[in-house]
Amino acid sequence: MSEKKGWRELPIGLVTEPASSKRFETGDWRSERPIWDENKCIHCLICWIYCPDSAIIVKDEKVQGIDYRYCKGCGICAEECPPKVKAITMVREEK
Amino acid sequence: MIVARTGNEAMAEAMRQINPDVVAAYPITPATEVVQLFAKFVSDGKVDTEFVPAESEHSAISACCGASAAGARVMTSTASQGLALMHEILYIAAGLRLPIVICLVNRSLSSPINIHCDHSDSLGSRDSGWIQIFSENTQEAYDSTIQAVKIAESALLPAMVTTDGFILSHGMERIELLNDQDVPKFLGERKVKYSLLDVDNPITLGPLDLQDYFFEHKRSEIDAMNNVLPIIEKVQKEFGDRFGRFYPVVDEYKLDDAEVAILVMGSTGGTAKVAVERLREKGKKVGLIRARIYRPFPKSHMLNALKKVDVVGIMDRSDTLSTLGGHLYNDCRSILYDSDKRPLLKNFIYGLGGRDITIEEIESIYENLFALKKAGKVDKDIVYFGVREE
Repeated sequence: MSEKKGWRELPIGLVTEPASSKRFETGDWRSERPIWDENKCIHCLICWIYCPDSAIIVKDEKVQGIDYRYCKGCGICAEECPPKVKAITMVREEK
Repeated sequence: MIVARTGNEAMAEAMRQINPDVVAAYPITPATEVVQLFAKFVSDGKVDTEFVPAESEHSAISACCGASAAGARVMTSTASQGLALMHEILYIAAGLRLPIVICLVNRSLSSPINIHCDHSDSLGSRDSGWIQIFSENTQEAYDSTIQAVKIAESALLPAMVTTDGFILSHGMERIELLNDQDVPKFLGERKVKYSLLDVDNPITLGPLDLQDYFFEHKRSEIDAMNNVLPIIEKVQKEFGDRFGRFYPVVDEYKLDDAEVAILVMGSTGGTAKVAVERLREKGKKVGLIRARIYRPFPKSHMLNALKKVDVVGIMDRSDTLSTLGGHLYNDCRSILYDSDKRPLLKNFIYGLGGRDITIEEIESIYENLFALKKAGKVDKDIVYFGVREE
C-alpha cells in the first residue's frame, strides 16, 4: 500500500495521464482468435474501421495482421469482412 | 435598474448577463420559460452562448459535463422529473469537479403527477455532491444565480440555485437588476487547470477507478464540500460590498430575543416574515430561521440560530418517507445531538404538491409552539400540516 498516493496528493477531478490503457493488454480476455488470411485479404480496411480495440495492424494502407496483445476476440472483424472475401475466420483459443 | 420580473425571467436575465459559453437544456414545467427565454437571447444575438437543445435532461446535463470538462462556463435549467432524469449524471458532474450551475425550479416528484411546488426534487439530489441554494424571493434567485457561478468555480463543485415552482417562477416581483457590464466583471473568466480540448496537454478524465483509488477520490470530493461554506461567505461578501445586497448563510429574522421560532426554506420565508411581524405587533416574541444554503449544511450557523430559542417548529416542504420526517428536521436533530442546549423540535411537513401555506396558518404554528413551550415537551414529533385528517 505504501507506494500508493494519499487523497491529498491526487489531482482534482479524476484526471490522470493520457492513453494509459495502452499498458492494459486485453488480449488475455480472448476465447476465440481471429485468423487473418493474407492471400484472401483485399485490404478494404473495413475490419480496421470496425475493430473496437484498434487491434488490426495496418501499414501503408495494407493490413499486416492482428495485434493479439489487445484483440479481445469479439469477432466483429470476421463478421464485417465482405462475404465474398472471408479473409478472417474465428477459431477457438486453445492452450 | 428596477424592473418587474417573474422568477423565471429573473433567472434567464441572470444567465444572459453571465453569458455562459454553453447552455444545454431541455424544457420542463415550471422551468420551461428559463430555457425558452434564454434560447431567445441566443437567437437575438444577446449572448455568445453555444445553445444545445438536447433530446432529454439526461442528455442535457451530459452535454453540460462535456462542455465544462473542455473548460467552458456552463449552465442549464430544469425541474422535478427533469432533475430526476439527470440524477445519474449529477454525481458524475460533482465527482469530475465540474462547476456547472443549474437554475432549478422546485416542483414535486411523481407520483401522483403534479406540477406545483415542493422540495422533493432538489432534496432528492441532496447527496449528489451539488451545492444547493434556496431562494426566498425573485431578487434572491437572481442574485444567487450570479453568485453561484463564482461559488461553483471557486469550489470546483457544481451548484443548483432553486426557486419555488409557480410561487416564485411565475409570480412577478419588483427586483433590481445589475448593470450588464458589472456581472462579467464580478465573475471574471473561468480558469481551468485541465481541458479536454487542450490537445497539446492531453489528459484522461473520469477513468475506471477500482478498490485502490476510488475511496481516495471520493474522500477528495468530500473535502471539497467541507471547504465550500467559507467560499460562499466570501462570495456573498464580495457581492454585497460591490452591489449593496448582503446575504447570510442562515437567515435569522427577529431571532435574538425570540422565545420560539420556525425554520423554513424557500418562498415560505417571505410569508413567515409577515406572520412574525403580525405576532410581534401583539407582543409575541417570535423569530424566524431560514436555511438559504442547504448543501453543504451550515452546521455551526444553524446551531447558533437554533440555540437562541426554546422551541423550533421545523417546516419541511418534503418528506423523507423514512418514518423520520422531513429533511431539515433530520439534519437539525443530528447537529443538535452534541449541543449543550437543545430546543424542543417539532416537524411540520407542509405544502406538498404546491398546497398553499397562509400567514394565518403560520401564525397558528407559532401559537402551537408557545403551547409546547408552556408544556415543556412536544406532543407529537412529526405532523402533516394542512392535510385533511392529519
